[in-house]
Amino acid sequence: MIDVLSFGLSTLALPSQFLRMAPPYLALHIPDGFLNLPVSLFTWVATLVLIAVCLKQVQRDYQERAVPLMGVCAAFIFAAQMINFPIPGGTSGHLLGGTLAGILLGPWAGSLVMVVVFIVQAVLFQDGGLTVLGANIFNMGLIGTFGGYYLYRAVRSAVGFNTWRGMAIGTVVAAWTSVVVAALACAIQLGLSGTVPMGVALSAMLGWHVLIAIGEAIITLIAVSYIWRTRPDLLFDPPQTRTALPRPLMPR
Amino acid sequence: MNRSAQTRNRAFVITGLGIALLVAVLLSPFASSDPDGLDRVAQDHGFDTKATEDAPAQRLPFYNIFEEYALRGAPEGIATPIAGLIGTLVTFGLAWGAGKLFVKGRSSDTTLSDRDYPDQLPR
Repeated sequence: MIDVLSFGLSTLALPSQFLRMAPPYLALHIPDGFLNLPVSLFTWVATLVLIAVCLKQVQRDYQERAVPLMGVCAAFIFAAQMINFPIPGGTSGHLLGGTLAGILLGPWAGSLVMVVVFIVQAVLFQDGGLTVLGANIFNMGLIGTFGGYYLYRAVRSAVGFNTWRGMAIGTVVAAWTSVVVAALACAIQLGLSGTVPMGVALSAMLGWHVLIAIGEAIITLIAVSYIWRTRPDLLFDPPQTRTALPRPLMPR
Repeated sequence: MNRSAQTRNRAFVITGLGIALLVAVLLSPFASSDPDGLDRVAQDHGFDTKATEDAPAQRLPFYNIFEEYALRGAPEGIATPIAGLIGTLVTFGLAWGAGKLFVKGRSSDTTLSDRDYPDQLPR
């Protein structure tokens, strides 16, 4: 605890010093033992409620054509999460993918995809604690699939729903924001659990993740752009001007 | 769904899964080492007294196969790419399976969801 405290003070001093000294354990896959019981339970309940809503929506609204896309989206996000990219200051970050899943599949199927990714990571590869899986799914998945998706839609609508520019700005803003919010959520959970003082957790997490979030924005934009150019009809919110192309037989 | 749409969708799935597998197998050795191997890194640096040493996931049978993202017993250079390959395929299969299990709508059109196109389908 002394280490954490002194570290925390040093993080508040200088940005360069902060970058050098921030501990890698303040990343986003929370291991067992970092969250206390009330915080773990609360995040589990919040996550399970949202998943239940997602299951209902998926059953009600989705077409079977979405099924293979769910597989592809999950596979890509799992693979991309393995690739830690370096950020200045001697640490690294990786894609979370929640916003990407939300943009491609919508928040409902997108959330299920993220759930699968985090279960595989925790169960097969011991990445992220099983007891705090609820928190990890919430932070790294649902914040992106819901918060990121709706922010993307709002920005895209404001800039130009059917334009590449609208999609791109919406994607970048949403992806970046989702990671920063996820980091803050994680920090609050650590703080509430008494693992790290709240102020330390918030400043350290924010400091790293405003940078990591840039990587999220870039990767998400590349992926969504690729689909926008090759198969715009596959997006959950396809650009209306181009939809005539891939569905010639459908009466509109 | 007509035949050409089916072919195009299959091509997209194969391309997408192919890209994911390439990323997992070819790029994973070049991933920046650290942060996400949280337990181990934190132990190395000695400030992580709160992480559970004997995490529940280590009691699962998969722990005998994978030590984090490395296949046990495999040579160092390929342990992680193999873990990535298997993990990506498992994730692909489980997400597809979850979709299969829960998606009820028949694709009589080519949209993912009918929420924006209420005029197309009678519920």
